[in-house]
Amino acid sequence: MSITREEPNAPAVAAGGKPRSALDLPALRAKLATGNGRDQWLSLEQLAETEEFKELIHNEFPSQVTQLLDPVGRRSFLKLMGASLALAGASACTKQPDEKIFPYVKQPEWIVPGVPLYFASAMPFDGYGQGVLVESHMGRPTKVEGNPDHPGSLGATDLFAQASVLTLYDPDRSQVVRNIGEVQTWANFNTALGALLKAQQAKQGAGLRILSQPVTSPTLARQRQALLAAYPQARWYQVSAAGNEAAHAATKVAFGRPLDVIPHFDKADRILSLDADFLGGGPGMVRAVKDFSARRRVSEGGGQSMNRLYVVETAPTNTGACADHRLPLRPSEIGEVALGVARGLGLPVRAPVGVEAHAEWIAAVVKDLQAHRGRSVVVAGPWQPAGVHLLAAAMNQVLSAEGTTVTYVEPVAGDASTEREGLRELSAAMEAGQVDALVMLDVNPVYDAPADLDFKQRLAKVGTRIHYGLYYDETAELSHWHVPATHYLENWGDVRAFDGTTSIVQPLIAPLYDGKSQPQVLAALLGDGTKTSYELVRETWKGALSGGDFEAAWRKAIHDGVIPATAAAPVQAAWVGLPNAWGATVLPKPAERAADSLDIVFRPDSALYDGRFANNAWLQEVPRAMTRVTWDNPALIAPSTAEKLGLDQGALIDLTVDGRQLQVPVWVQPGQATDSLTLYLGYGRSKAGSVGTAVGFDTYTLRTSTAPWSVAGASAVKVGRHYTLACTQDHHSMEGRNLARVGTLAEFQKDPEFAATEDMRKKSMYPGFKYERYAWGMTVDLSTCVGCNACIIACQAENNIPTVGKDQVSRGREMQWIRIDRYFSGDNLDTPSTVLQPVFCQHCEQAPCEGVCPVNATVHDVDGLNAMVYNRCVGTRYCSNNCPYKVRRFNFTLYNDPHSPVQEMVFNPDVTVRSRGVMEKCTYCVQRINFAKNAAIREQRKVTDGEILTACQQVCPADALTFGDINDENAKVTKLKKDPRNYTLLNDLGTLPRTTYLAGVRNPNPDLARG
Amino acid sequence: MSQVFHPASNVLAKLSLVLVLAGAGGGLFLLDRLFRSPYNTEASVSRQQPVPFSHKHHAGELGIDCRYCHTSVEISASAGIPPTQTCMNCHSQIWTWSPTLEPVRASYRTDESIQWTKVYDLPDFVYFNHSVHVAKGVGCVSCHGRVDQMNLTYQVPTLQMGWCLDCHRDPAPNLRPRSEVFNMAWTPPADNPNLGAELMAAHDVHGRIDCTACHR
Repeated sequence: MSITREEPNAPAVAAGGKPRSALDLPALRAKLATGNGRDQWLSLEQLAETEEFKELIHNEFPSQVTQLLDPVGRRSFLKLMGASLALAGASACTKQPDEKIFPYVKQPEWIVPGVPLYFASAMPFDGYGQGVLVESHMGRPTKVEGNPDHPGSLGATDLFAQASVLTLYDPDRSQVVRNIGEVQTWANFNTALGALLKAQQAKQGAGLRILSQPVTSPTLARQRQALLAAYPQARWYQVSAAGNEAAHAATKVAFGRPLDVIPHFDKADRILSLDADFLGGGPGMVRAVKDFSARRRVSEGGGQSMNRLYVVETAPTNTGACADHRLPLRPSEIGEVALGVARGLGLPVRAPVGVEAHAEWIAAVVKDLQAHRGRSVVVAGPWQPAGVHLLAAAMNQVLSAEGTTVTYVEPVAGDASTEREGLRELSAAMEAGQVDALVMLDVNPVYDAPADLDFKQRLAKVGTRIHYGLYYDETAELSHWHVPATHYLENWGDVRAFDGTTSIVQPLIAPLYDGKSQPQVLAALLGDGTKTSYELVRETWKGALSGGDFEAAWRKAIHDGVIPATAAAPVQAAWVGLPNAWGATVLPKPAERAADSLDIVFRPDSALYDGRFANNAWLQEVPRAMTRVTWDNPALIAPSTAEKLGLDQGALIDLTVDGRQLQVPVWVQPGQATDSLTLYLGYGRSKAGSVGTAVGFDTYTLRTSTAPWSVAGASAVKVGRHYTLACTQDHHSMEGRNLARVGTLAEFQKDPEFAATEDMRKKSMYPGFKYERYAWGMTVDLSTCVGCNACIIACQAENNIPTVGKDQVSRGREMQWIRIDRYFSGDNLDTPSTVLQPVFCQHCEQAPCEGVCPVNATVHDVDGLNAMVYNRCVGTRYCSNNCPYKVRRFNFTLYNDPHSPVQEMVFNPDVTVRSRGVMEKCTYCVQRINFAKNAAIREQRKVTDGEILTACQQVCPADALTFGDINDENAKVTKLKKDPRNYTLLNDLGTLPRTTYLAGVRNPNPDLARG
Repeated sequence: MSQVFHPASNVLAKLSLVLVLAGAGGGLFLLDRLFRSPYNTEASVSRQQPVPFSHKHHAGELGIDCRYCHTSVEISASAGIPPTQTCMNCHSQIWTWSPTLEPVRASYRTDESIQWTKVYDLPDFVYFNHSVHVAKGVGCVSCHGRVDQMNLTYQVPTLQMGWCLDCHRDPAPNLRPRSEVFNMAWTPPADNPNLGAELMAAHDVHGRIDCTACHR
């Protein structure tokens, strides 16, 4: 894949090479206010009907068109085409080369060539585990699925687990032990370590420091205990990208000890989120979405069980997009709203300041929460200070939430409340030269440590620096020793989920390189570098697994992917209560702010997280749900702020805060809080690998340990140049009104068929084709989709979809078969409501693409699938031109071009790898359909409902997608298609799509007009 | 002015027109024959293998069932090529001295695969499934010919799509009772000309000719 990086001083041009037309924001505002705007708009560009947007509507692939209109380009194009046409015939004259078969020498039990096996494991992520089942083709893991028995998965996963197979086969992974950059051996590392540890033994480890991610693994915890017992003066610090620091600090005050807060959204009728993006991230995200979406399925029981979600937040998030009422506020104002609600609930806190304008909103929330005592919950985001968490805990007590909608458990990853304090302590010790040896376990502090700690400079004062990680990254480069890590699919281990449930991590493949697991590195620190991770993990569980027979219990634990009864039991914590003077001190009054200053909030990127996935092209290229920008992290800014500063899309600004400066492009994002800026972390890596190096902007340079999530008093100065951003939001856009249909619960109860479309089958003069056996169809529930993007990556992994790089994305050539359209609606540019709509091939029964294909490369199959025959396709792209849903993707060049044999290993052997010049699109996972049908044929039966799960359906944490046989009256999908909310996209065209949508239903508070 | 061309030129001109057309047609015809010939399809061409394994001896003369080696033919897309272990089940006892079998023993010793050359090699965009054909009552012989009479194995049909479609359009002649699938010598009973049609109904055979049957 080729990635071109636009120079930051690029001129203000659009992708087509023409000068960019500036957005006239005041005009847009007037347009919306007078009701002349659209009901729903994809983007500001669509609303403004800019030249660029019109161009994208008329020419699906604009940059290609300019090439054809340019006379010289056209001539050389014809010349080249003539030559390639002449040679096209000749290229067919090759004979197929002989292929070899390599049978096993001794075939392992269970392996049947052509039939994949599934193994349970768990993916550790920021310390916490997510239960997975991994598909293995003759020893080669290719796809990750959720483990239905795991409480953190329930059969679904997030996008990180889906993308993890690509990291496994990343040729840029670190492959050997290194000493000051030179190739070394594990044995020599152990010798060097031995000498180092001997010196430390004399000082009781006084110069030994260890920095790691949060540790939940019982094996690592056991080893840590042993290490700290052997070296009592040594210190172990944990850092997480977005952890429980504030929550633990708050529970320490409220309950006298740090506790993990576990909300139970399945039991909550009313939810108030104080900047908590629980549907968009965090270790319990998949479970949260499962539980939340179960309460959004309105068709069951007429919507009586539907919950209501209030969100106060700064940056637009998935949670905010799903909210029934969303209040975009600057970070400091969120605490004031929390105070307002707390006061309304009768807590003795000070009166909020500066949020008078939202008094009505606060009062409505208070009333609603109070009306649902014991069935409502208040959650606070990790970005909020401890005071807000304390308020949330206090409100939950007042609302009798504890025990029902929220429970508290002993911290799964230990006390995090002193996390940053620890980092400061470590940094000071480094500065003072007290650190003889620093072991950095799977962390990258040179890149991501707070800027004020000056980690890079201070690291130079550490005697011996040892780095352990998957990549030879920024920190490895500055370390004496680097030990390559094994991927979680390569090693044994154990890990606990957000609720404490423990899983054994089981390897699917022998380590591809000379990597070591974390337990092995710890064992080396304990003086025994020869043990395997298998031995180390078994040692931990030898006495701990219940039941008399250890081997049987061990095998069961590995097979099931969960160890029974390991979930943390809710603690009956005594509510210490609020300190007397608490009301005044819990949240200091926000400082006066200058009128023109901006608040910056920092957030982990929704795909790259804290930067650890920077070299994963699938994640780099997934359009972020809220901005739909790929390969970059522009600063999000509200339209009103952009107007004030005279900025438009991609305009570069010089951002200054506390003397630190960064030049970054802006992205005008409706829904961002006014006078604030969102900076996503994880970009601007200087040593990530061939994919992730020098992509985006390093926002860590502005982030300090005192203000890790938000900082006030920033100023932005317009540079006067633009930066090209590869945003997909206007690509493949459909023309038509009312594409994503959303109504309120009241509307739904009054008229359940508020969104229904008429049945176009009845309008046809011709009798329809009769599908005798199966007729595959699908429904997409817009009420439950949270836009987590897991389906996009799952589809990419399942169907061998390539990535194309930033330059190609900016030309509209992204290849993902699923796109999640994000529409804004409402009459206010700054506080629109958001609707998310996944769109992929609709499998029309009357497919417009089929009639225009000159070579019959796209045709129907017996079950009504709109099939794409790659080996017939000659690449005219007529089908894509004629597709009203814009779901076809074309291989403009040879995107699937592995540079290394290891990259080929990620391919799903059941799906053709497409070459250049070939059209492709969603197939409803025809390989899975055929697999199930073949099994049914062997067993002489019919395919049963639920036997086929498409990749997107299987991964969906919200269960928004349902697939099945619409000829089967009892199939779930058939029942859903009879749901009153069922409607057809662009129904008037009479394409009779097999995919239909269930209209979204929101549950706004009748007391609040809107917002 | 005298005539430049001799009157016979008229005949030559007409003849050359015919010859050009005939030449072009003939060339196309030859190309088509070449495309369908064993030169291109490699049908009937025996391949060199590291061990000159004889199906005639093992399956024909000794009567070893197909499934003794091709174990997954009833449950998977792939029929399965036997591991070296399967060869050694017998050849650790008999013909232990044979130089012909040295690659087999070497494989067993060194734990490295015997590298067989694929005989039935479909393009990578074709997803053929053995188990389904077996379940529907298509005999091994239908595609693989009388393997029990082959010394070195060769490909019998052209494996071109037209050959696949011939049977998918009219499966009846190639169907047999499920019990006879692995029987190399089975012939349709002369007394029941309707057997094919009966089996189509009994085995629920549809002969899919739509694209996703094989391509995906």
